[in-house]
Parts: sequence; C-alpha cells; structure tokens
Amino acid sequence: MAIVLMQINAFEAHVLHLKHGLNGFHVALRIAGNKAKGRKMSNYIKLIALGLVTLFAMIGTNYARDLAYQVHAIIVMLVAGGLFLYTLRRTGEPQPAAGSLQNEYFDSVVRYGVIATAFWGVVGFLVGTFIAFQLAFPALNFEWAQGFANFGRLRPLHTSAVIFAFGGNALIATSFYVVQRTSAARLWGGNLAWFVFWGYQLFIVLAATGYLLGGTQSKEYAEPEWHVDLWLTIVWVAYLAVFLGTVIKRKEPHIYVANWFYLAFIVTVAMLHLVNNATIPVSIWGSKSVIVWAGVQDAMVQWWYGHNAVGFFLTAGFLGMMYYFVPKQAERPVFSYKLSIIHFWALIFLYIWAGPHHLHYTALPDWASTLGMVFSIVLWMPSWGGMINGLMTLSGAWDKLRTDPVIRMMVISIGFYGMSTFEGPMMSIRAVNSLSHYTDWTIGHVHSGALGWNGMITFGALYFLVPVLWKRERLYSLSLVSWHFWLATIGIILYAASMWVTGIMEGLMWREVDADGFLVNSFADTVAAKFPMYVVRGLGGVMFLSGALIMCYNLWMTVRKAPAKESSLTVSVPAE
Amino acid sequence: MEIYTLLREFADSWMLLFLFSFFVLVVVWAFRPGSTKAYEDTASIPFRHVDAPARVRGEAKPAASKEART
Repeated sequence: MAIVLMQINAFEAHVLHLKHGLNGFHVALRIAGNKAKGRKMSNYIKLIALGLVTLFAMIGTNYARDLAYQVHAIIVMLVAGGLFLYTLRRTGEPQPAAGSLQNEYFDSVVRYGVIATAFWGVVGFLVGTFIAFQLAFPALNFEWAQGFANFGRLRPLHTSAVIFAFGGNALIATSFYVVQRTSAARLWGGNLAWFVFWGYQLFIVLAATGYLLGGTQSKEYAEPEWHVDLWLTIVWVAYLAVFLGTVIKRKEPHIYVANWFYLAFIVTVAMLHLVNNATIPVSIWGSKSVIVWAGVQDAMVQWWYGHNAVGFFLTAGFLGMMYYFVPKQAERPVFSYKLSIIHFWALIFLYIWAGPHHLHYTALPDWASTLGMVFSIVLWMPSWGGMINGLMTLSGAWDKLRTDPVIRMMVISIGFYGMSTFEGPMMSIRAVNSLSHYTDWTIGHVHSGALGWNGMITFGALYFLVPVLWKRERLYSLSLVSWHFWLATIGIILYAASMWVTGIMEGLMWREVDADGFLVNSFADTVAAKFPMYVVRGLGGVMFLSGALIMCYNLWMTVRKAPAKESSLTVSVPAE
Repeated sequence: MEIYTLLREFADSWMLLFLFSFFVLVVVWAFRPGSTKAYEDTASIPFRHVDAPARVRGEAKPAASKEART
C-alpha cells in the first residue's frame, strides 16, 4: 500500500515538474508544489492515524469498565471519526500555497482563543456561583442530580474551568499573540497552533465530563485520569514546540521578558504534570489508575505540583501577560527592564520550593515544611518587585487611570497580585497556618488572587486584544468597561471580606476549649455560624459573573458595531 | 551511603552553591556596564512590528518605531 502511494506521489511530482518546466513557472511555485505533495502524503498518514484512533475508541466504548471512560471513548470516537471524514474529503483537493503567509501574523487562532477564554470564563464563574449557593443552601444539591451535580462533583469542575479552561485559554491565546509580536515572526509550525487550540479544548471537555461522571484521581487541580493526562501531554508538547519554534526563529536579537515568563510557565507545567500524574492504569479500558508515589511522598509531590500550578500557571504565565499588555495599554515601556530580569530569576528560583507550606502539621518532616515556609516568605521580594515594576510602568501617565477603564482594570489586577502575594506568605507561617488551615480563609485568599489578579489582567488583555484582532478603532463602550470594573471589584471585595470573617471565626471556634479542656463547638456549630457569610460570598460571585457577562456583550458589540479601522490594512506593509 | 542521604548532601552543598551563584551572576549581569542602553532598546520591543513580522532576514533593527510613544 505504502509503495503504491509513493509511486502515485512520485508520478504526481513528475507531472508537476513537467508543468512547471513547460510554463516556466517561478521557483517559489515549484516549492509550493512540493509542499502540496508533502501535504498530500501527510494526509494519508493522518487518515491512517485517525482511522486507528476511531477504531480504538470504538473498541473502548464496547469494553469500557466505567461510565466516564465510556463517555470519553464516545467523544474521542466522534471527534476522530469526524476528522477522518473531513480529511478524506479534502485529500486530493488543490491547496492554496502557503509561502506568502510568512509576512503576516497567525492571528486567527488567537481570535478563537479570545472567544474560548470569554466563553469558558462565563461557564467557570457560573458554576462557581452555583456551588457557592449550594454551600449556603444545601437544598440546591438536587436529589435527582445526585452523583452528577452535587457539590463534590461540581467543585473540581469549577476549579478546572476557571484555572485551566479560562486561564489556560487566556495564556495560550495571549502567548501566541505576544510571542509573534515580540519575535517579529509568524508562529512556527503552521497548523500546529490549531492543533494546540482544538486539542486543548478537547482536553477541557474530557476533563469536565470526567469530573461529572466520577472519573477523577482526587488530586487537587490534577483531577483528570490517566488517559486525559496522556492527551494533555501530547497537546502540551505541541504547545512548547510552537512557542519555542517561534522564539528560535525570532527576528529580534533579544528575547523579550514576557516570553521568558511564558516559557517558564510552559516548561514547568510540563514537568509538574508528568511527575504528579505518574500513574499506572488498572486497565486500558477503564479510567481508574494508581499513583506510583506512596503516603507522605505522594502528598509532597501533589503540593509541589499544586503550589507550582499557582506559581507557574497562575503567576509566571500571567506575569508574561502583564509585561506585554500593561506597557502596551500605558503606551510606555516597562518601568525597569533590569528589575524584570531579576524578578524573573528570583521568582522561578524561589517558587519551586514553596509547596511544603500546604502540609504543616502533617506527617511531612519538620525540616521540609520549614523549608517551604522560608521560601514562601522570601517570595515577598520578587512578588513585590514585580508589582512595583508593573505599577511604576504608569509613572508619568497616572492620568490614564481617570480616562482609561482598561488600564484601571490592569492596575487593580496588579494591586490584587501584591495583596494576595502578601497574604500568601503570611498564611504559610506555621503559627498563622494553625489558625487558617482548612478554613475558608484559604478559599478567600485563593479567590482574591484568582479573581483579582488572574481575572482582571485577563479582562484587561481581552479588552486590548479584541479591537486589535478584529481591526476595530476602539471598544464599543467604555462605560460598560467601567460597569464591569466596579461590579467585579465590589464582587471580589464581598468575596474576600466574607471569607476572612468566616475563616477566622471558624478557626477560632475549632480551637476554643472550655476550662476542662474540652472543645466548645461541634463542627455543625461552625457550619451554622457561617451561613450569612456564605450568602454574601454568593452575592459577590453574582456580581463578578454579571461583570463578565457585560464584558462578553461589550466585546461582541465591538466586533459587530464598533467602527472598523480602515487604515491598518493599507499602511501595515512594513517600511523596514 | 543510602541514596537519600547522598542526594540530600549533594542538594544542600554543591547544588545550593551552584543555584545561589547562578542567581548572583544573573543580578551582576543585569547591572553590567552598558546594560541600561541595551535594555532601553529591548524594553521597546512591544512597540515594534505591531502589524506584521519583520521582512528582511538579519535586519533586526527597524528604521523607525511604528507607534508614536509619549
């Protein structure tokens, strides 16, 4: 079969060659012809691979040992089968030459990424708000939805939706945008960027359906089971290849600092993912797997992963965003480039050691948790150095805070970054942790970082990107941006404040003993005492969610109604 | 010597020394003479090549920035 295919290809190449020779075509066209031939060959390989995957998924659907695996097999079967038919229909069709594309940026994938970010953001915030009310009103754990939509199943859906679906798509989209602009080169790898985008969406769908159906390995922020982990590994390697390939073929002599942060994020997440998901599947036809780490080592690996998911996914990656979009929106270069270099190296050298502070007062040796605590406290330095660098970028342009709600959004996100990176190290101190651990204080801390820092900087980036990517002169409405800003800010403040109150109250109630040394409160007493704060927290979530919906409307109308930027197309032919 | 002790001794001696001196060298490197001028150019990368990639291979520095800066 392969020999026949090669002969056909050789024949076609021969015909092409003859044609070119006869017509005296340009060399470039011949290269395009060869490329088309290569693509045809790769189409056959693609068809074989997709056919095999579809077949495997069909067998998996039949032999599946649990519901989550079966549903995943059906999804994979439909996706691979659909792609097989799509590729089959296109095989042998003339393909447009790709040579000229090197003179423009690959922005269509970034546009899709922006849409996916907004979409998954709303989904994640909605689920979060719902489970916040489930905690306040347990009746919302409906009887008919037990085992699918109760708090335990929805909670990982919420965390993964906001971190990996919303945050991950934001990181992929902005990194593709930023690395092209700062390298002055088109994305490397052609359609590989599309594979990264769609492959990542498939990962999200598999992870989300898995959680609802109970296919989880119970590791926080690493819940997906082994087969989903393997798929993410493939997508992530492709992501690294696209990003690094673009950096390598850059036309700027220096790698801009934002790319350093993005690269640290991609590489570290790959390492964390592989080590924390070192599992052995029980069966190739089932989702259950067993981790190779045992006992306290497993706990340590998990929190080494967990805290560096915060440090590299939610911090380093989003700092990459900050180092590009804040200077762009403020229209001035970053305050101190030297500081940004020190910020980078200090951050990545310190963050990696901070994980053990999640395991105070456990079986973990004291020296290890002290190490984690000390490194967490030293992290104050780079965190605040980075915050100062971001904020001071506006020096001399502070008036923009009054006139530009987008820059206001970015500034408050840096403010929340500073606040939560102050709170975090404080909570990692063993004595403070004895009060705060296992209470809602932790949840409040996470959300002031995630909603305030990650959410707000992403909103700022989206407001910057949409007019640029869809070639609009400006956003549809700045007053809607202001509405979003205030709704989100007040929402976060309600959230964080209620969680401080309930967290500290809960911590104090748990340790309260009477004169004879008996505990005063039962666990149910604390649950009852927390009710009002839970309602306030839910309202904060409603405000944050409505802000995001207003943003979606504003961005949609920007694409539909805002005046088009006519000049950009004609003037964009570079002079250099 | 068991492998745990071996690795730990290596980690809190030579590896620690290596990581620490690497970091110190990075700081020294950032403040090397002439770095201010070099970094001024680097810091303005986001304001170049906004609409399209650089065209000519090897010609990294454009003649002029495309975006007005205040």
